[in-house]
Formats: sequence, C-alpha cells, structure tokens
Amino acid sequence: MMARKRVVLSILKIAAVCAALVLFFLLLAWGQEHWDAYTVRILNLCGIYIGITLGLNLCNGFTGQFSLGIAGFMAVGAYTTALLTMAPAIKQAVYFIEPLIYPLNSIQWGFLPSLLMAAIVSGIVGFLVGAPAIRFRGDYLAITTLGFAEIIRVLFTNIVPITNGALGLKGIPPHTNLVWSWGFALVCVAVMARLMRSGFGRALKAIRDDEIAAEAMGVNLFSHKCLAFVVSAMMAGVGGGLLGNLITTIDPNMFRFPLTFTVLMMAVLGGLGSITGTVISAALVTVAMEALRALEEPRVIFGLALPGIPGMRMVVFSVALMMVILFFPKGFMGDRELSLDRAKSLATRLRRANTSRQG
Amino acid sequence: MTMEIFLQNMANGITLGSLYALLAIGYTMVYGILRLINFAHGEIFMISTYFAFYGTAIFALPWQISFLIAIVLTALLGVVIERAAYRPLRDAPRISALISAIGVSFLMANLGLVIFGGRPKTFYRPPIFQTPIELGGVRVVALFFVIPALTAILLVALNYIVYKTKTGLAMRAAQWDFDTARLMGVDVDRAISITFAIGSALAAVGGIMWGLRFAEINPNMGLFPGLKCFIAAVFGGIGNISGAVLGGFILGFGEIMLVAFLPGLAGYRDAFAFILLILILLVRPTGLLGDKQRVKI
Repeated sequence: MMARKRVVLSILKIAAVCAALVLFFLLLAWGQEHWDAYTVRILNLCGIYIGITLGLNLCNGFTGQFSLGIAGFMAVGAYTTALLTMAPAIKQAVYFIEPLIYPLNSIQWGFLPSLLMAAIVSGIVGFLVGAPAIRFRGDYLAITTLGFAEIIRVLFTNIVPITNGALGLKGIPPHTNLVWSWGFALVCVAVMARLMRSGFGRALKAIRDDEIAAEAMGVNLFSHKCLAFVVSAMMAGVGGGLLGNLITTIDPNMFRFPLTFTVLMMAVLGGLGSITGTVISAALVTVAMEALRALEEPRVIFGLALPGIPGMRMVVFSVALMMVILFFPKGFMGDRELSLDRAKSLATRLRRANTSRQG
Repeated sequence: MTMEIFLQNMANGITLGSLYALLAIGYTMVYGILRLINFAHGEIFMISTYFAFYGTAIFALPWQISFLIAIVLTALLGVVIERAAYRPLRDAPRISALISAIGVSFLMANLGLVIFGGRPKTFYRPPIFQTPIELGGVRVVALFFVIPALTAILLVALNYIVYKTKTGLAMRAAQWDFDTARLMGVDVDRAISITFAIGSALAAVGGIMWGLRFAEINPNMGLFPGLKCFIAAVFGGIGNISGAVLGGFILGFGEIMLVAFLPGLAGYRDAFAFILLILILLVRPTGLLGDKQRVKI
C-alpha cells in the first residue's frame, strides 16, 4: 500500500511541476505581447543573467575555481549566435570595411541551432582556455582567465573579416523573448540542480573544500575541473548569444572586465555555492541595475534640477559587494538552498519552539 | 628603420619599462607579504595622478610641493585601503580577499568617475622636464632621462630599506610567516602597513611620471597598467623586488618593440602582456627570478 501511495504521490508531484511550468511559460508568452517593452526587456535580462551567473557559480562557487573569464565566453557565444542568425543581406551591409568570409556570409540558421552552436563553440573555447589554466590555483587562475578573456576581446577587435572589428555587429535579429530567456534560466537551474545531486557534483564540492583530500579519494582533478569549466563556459556562451539577440548590437568592448565584475557580483551577493541564492540575487541585481539608472540621469526633484552622476550605479554596487564580503562573507544564502522541504522543516521547528514555550 | 627611430623607441621602452617597474614593485611587495593580488593598486596609481593634478590645478601649489603631497596622500590611501578592506579578511579564505580587492578596485575607479568626471584631464607638465636634450643626433626631452634616473634612485633606496633596516627585516620576516614573526617580536600589522605605504608611494611616483609622460589622465587609466604590472611582477618572480623591476622593463620594452618592429600587430598590444603571462606560468610558474615554492599540505 505504502509503495503504491508513494508512486502515486511522485506522479502527482511531476504532474504538478509540469503544469506549473506550462502555466509559467504561457504567462511569459502572454506577457511578451501584453507587458510594456521596458518590463519585458528587464525580465529578459533577468532570465539571461540567472543562467550566466549559475554558470559562473558552477566554476567559482561549487568547484572553487575562481575564474574571471566569463565575459570572454559570453563574447564567443554572442558572436557565434549573431553570425549564424543574421540575414546575409544585413551582413553584407554591416561588413563594409572587409567582407565577411565565405561560409558565414551566406548562411542563416534558426535561433535554436544557433544557440546550440554557440554552446558548442564556447565549450570548445572553454576547454582550450581551461585545460592549461586550471592547473593554476587561486588568484593565478583568476588573473590567467582574465587574461584569456582579454585576449579573446583583442582577437575579436582585430579579426575584421569575421567579427567586423571594433565596429561590432548591428541588426542582429531580435529573436530573444521571455520564453527563450527564462527557458534558458530554467534549463540552467535544472542542470545545476541535477549536477549537484550527482556524484560528479559532490566530487566538485570535494575539490572546493580540499583539493588534496579529494585527489586522495580518487577524484580526477583535471577532468572534473575541466568539465566544470567547460559547462560554465557553455552557459555563458548561450547567455551571451541570448543577450546579443536581445539588444541586437554587439561590439568587442561590451565584453570587458566590468561585465565579468557584474556577473561575479551577482554570484557573490547571492552566495557562492547556492543555486536559489544565485537565482534571487541575479534577478534582484538586474532589476536594481535598471532602477539605479535614475542616479545617472539628470532629473528634476521639487523644482530642483539635479545633474546625473555617471558612475554612481557602480559605486553603489561595489559598496554593496564590499559590505557583503566584509560582513557576510558567504552572501545572503551561503551555500544553503531555499526549498519547500526547508520551509517545511523551518515551520515545524517554529511550531515545536512555540509548543515547548507554552508547555 | 633608421637609427634615430630606433633610439627613440629605445628611449620609449626604457621610460615605459621604468613606469611599469615602479608599479610592479607595489604588486610584488603586497603579494609577497599577503599572498593577495592587490587589484586596487592600479586605482591607487590613478588616484595619485589626480592628487597631483588638483594640487597644481586647483590649489595652485608649486609642482614640487604638489607632487610631494600627492605621494604622501597616496601612501596614506594605500594604508587605509589595507586596513579597511584587507585586514578584516586576513584569516578568511584567500578568494574573499581577492573579491574584496576587486571590489575596492571598482569602487575607486567609479568613485573617480563620480568625483573627477569622466572627461580626461590635462596633467600639468613643468617646463623643466620638457627641455630638449640632444644625444647622438637624437633630440629627446629631459623627462626621458629623469624617469629612469628617478626609478634607479628609488630602487636603491628601496633596497636599502628592505635589506638594511629593522623595518625591512620586519617586512621580510612577515613575508615568511606571520606567527613566527610575531613570536620574534615583529609587529606584523605595522610591517604590512609599511609595505602598503611604500608600494603606494612608488605607485604615486609612477603615476605622476605617467602624467608627465602622457599628459592625459582619466579615471579608467588604472585598470590596464595595473593588470599589466601585476603580470610583470609574476613574470619576474612574484615576491621578488628585482624580479618585478626586470619584469617591468621586459614588458615595457616588449610592448614598444612589438609595435615598432611589427606594426601589423599593433592592435594586439594589449594582449601581449597576457600572452606573456600565460607562457611564463606554463613554462616557469615561479617567474624568472622566483624561488621554487612548495605547497604546504
């Protein structure tokens, strides 16, 4: 009886999750048409940054390999997707200094195959960067990956027949919508959640906590770190592709260190090593980024004309980052997760505390 | 390439190398003692140029006094940053300190943008440094001699402080082991503060000379020279002052000569330093002059 009850329950659970997902995406599809463009843009950015930040967290938080190369992988993904989705006629118009090289100038793919290609290409680049870089530890890894991202940017600025150089790409088709960006976010959450419950995920956490002990237990450091790095690069690549097709123009200077800093900040504020923390923090920071834009624009308050202060947003965010790292070094979630079970156990504990006080 | 242009490039290489060397010393000293990439070092360098700029431009001080005040203020800034942002994290995981350093770096760059404005400012250049000097048929301004000469003098002074004084002994002791140094009566916190003061003061000298050389300063000028000079320090062997100087000169020379001899690769100039870094880490991770480091288990 018990066994059958459990089966029924789990089927019900799966059905409920599926229904919730369907409803969620229906809502998003409806919202895409009915919400105003500004809200839709911010929600899109939220979804994209959730995915990218989870990717960074896989490498930096769960595996403890502090990489600063995320902007480079985003650039690879963004350029791959853009080059594959742009119409040949537009490419011809955009590449007026030097024409685009042969196979790329005449093809146009759908969005999904382009994004998959972006994942593959950024995964390959991630492997090429990661394989030599992950043998370094701590801050050496940080500076090396930062260097690789910078090299990628310089290459993109200089290989004009492929990337159009510093002029960047314009007229990328705006394929990204809420369903795509939040679909990406959900896929990333699912991948991370599955990964972290698997033996592979536990091996990654073991590497983070003590590399030498993990190796002694038979964890292959190279392959584990490398795979974490590659998956992280792939998530960043797809995120970059979605970003490019959302804002429709990209250029190499978008993908500089400040972009990595933004993603890193989202991960640190949420807690390096927490999936739910990352999701909440990436969404909040994205919204805050837009809300604080007001600080940088001139405005009038009670008849008083206040000039906008460029740079003020990042001052606020860097202060927030400093405060978190100095006073709550684990971010607001640490490596804990928010889940129904947790909420339930918290409720039971509270009830028990109440009854014991009464009794 | 004519002899003249070659000599001009040599002069450029030596000057840029000197500036890189001055900045790299700050990185190598801090890394040696705290095992931390002081990401904010580039911003300390940037802010020093603004101190000097405001001294001459707003307070109308004579340039000698203004530069001196700028150096002192920058040294103080370095000490304050260490105390506020790095000291509380000294026992935390090293990655926390690194994140804190990145945070300070961004905070200062953006504060610079807020306070100083994003538009580049023109640095005051005393005419004495612009006197033309003729040497072997090449005319260069005096600055090209002042920068390497001043760098050399500062290096001698630094070597004296580190190897001949009690303070230097304390700094070197702290570099080995905090606890043992404390047991021997070394005030480790003071040694670290002095390290930051010296490193920042050298960055300020570098910053002022940077202003004299390139005439234009802006709030974003710190990040790249900063990263490059950290690479110079790694290249020479992190923790080793002579190594940082050597690395700085190799990087400065390399960049200038790359552009001079292979103009087609000029666009790759900013990647040069990072390629150098990756190569040296793969081939000789401890740098040219570094000792072999063992990982303690």
